[in-house]
Amino acid sequence: MSIRHGLLALLERGQMYGYQLRAAFEESTGSTWPLNIGQVYTTLSRLERDGLVRPLPEGEGGQRPYEITDAGRADLALWFATPISRTDRPRDELAIKLALALTTPGVDVRSVVQGQRTATMRTLQELTRLKFASDRPEDLPWRLVLDSMVFQAEAEIRWLDHCETSLVRYSPPPGRPAPTAAEAVDRSDQEVRR
Amino acid sequence: MNPTTDPVLDVRDVHRTHGAGAATVHALRGVSLTVRPGELVAVMGPSGSGKSTLLALAGGLDSPTAGEIRVEGQSLGELDRRRLAQVRRRRIGYIFQDLNLLGSLTAAENVALPLELDGVGVRAARRQALAALDEVAMGGLGDRFPDQLSGGQQQRVAIARALVGERRLVLADEPTGALDSQTGEAVLHLLRTRVDAGAAGVLVTHEARHAGWADRVVFLRDGVLVDSTAPLPGVEQLLTGSPR
Repeated sequence: MSIRHGLLALLERGQMYGYQLRAAFEESTGSTWPLNIGQVYTTLSRLERDGLVRPLPEGEGGQRPYEITDAGRADLALWFATPISRTDRPRDELAIKLALALTTPGVDVRSVVQGQRTATMRTLQELTRLKFASDRPEDLPWRLVLDSMVFQAEAEIRWLDHCETSLVRYSPPPGRPAPTAAEAVDRSDQEVRR
Repeated sequence: MNPTTDPVLDVRDVHRTHGAGAATVHALRGVSLTVRPGELVAVMGPSGSGKSTLLALAGGLDSPTAGEIRVEGQSLGELDRRRLAQVRRRRIGYIFQDLNLLGSLTAAENVALPLELDGVGVRAARRQALAALDEVAMGGLGDRFPDQLSGGQQQRVAIARALVGERRLVLADEPTGALDSQTGEAVLHLLRTRVDAGAAGVLVTHEARHAGWADRVVFLRDGVLVDSTAPLPGVEQLLTGSPR
């Protein structure tokens, strides 16, 4: 998961300055991804350079808040809309993406889930096809590797189905969207690692 | 696996409701689906989403409230009971979760039964049944009764029965049931092989790993098709792990 999109998602909730972004980022990811303030400012200046955020006048405490631009919103929407490929995905990006999708205004979490499931299902079909074509006894090591990928994809689809079922029962509390759902996803991640 | 000919199964805007008034249940709400020779379509969705209803309609075991179902060009709704039963026997093979094998008949007799019901002579039916059992690696076990066979062997008998004769539409409802993963995989391998040889198959499953055997995966939710998946090329890249 890129810090860029994480920060853009947070700014979509409203303007924030560096320390607030860092705290909110860690809150959203259940502190599974600690961030130092230097990374936040480096990322913000790149986002500003690319026209995705813009700095606002300094506040009373001397902090400079940032807000997301229309180009930033478009970039964020594209990230949410694009399924992650298994080739280049850090382990937890999908969980974090869904957690953020739930708490980011205007994101249709169900289509994020559905788009990902379609993409993962395609992967599963291709893997099965390869397995079907490799049925000589000497293909066994290769088949086991394929199996491992098959089971990972299956687990992901089961989890996505589960998310979808949970979303049917979920209605966001009035006012500010609830970060608790995002925390729940990430807390379980932490517990698994322990 | 490159179907280009007319569909074997053509489901057109099918609705199915149960009950009436306040108790009406809309099992299917405008579902369309075509399956061509050489094509295996998996139907996924949570419990109660209409998967099994769709399969029962496709197999002529139930009729739609609205819409049309064609099997090899024949509209099932236009058939009288006798002709419909004939289509079911001759053109459609069913593999159910509960195998529905008759305990008082041997494996070979179970497989031969639909042929005999269709007027095929006893000897010819037995010959075809033994060939079908051979095809599912059950040669030599044809004279055993179901209770003398393991779960996986019984499932193979059920598949042989579904595939015997000239059937071109195979409908499978959770065909791997309670089988262990290896045996379940062998069942899907058989189904895939049969479809590659020119049959059309529909596989109802709640397991993504099984749906992976299909050419196309459709998702049902609350009686509506919400998503359809055809595979994309490009898995080689995924396997070498090279970045985009």
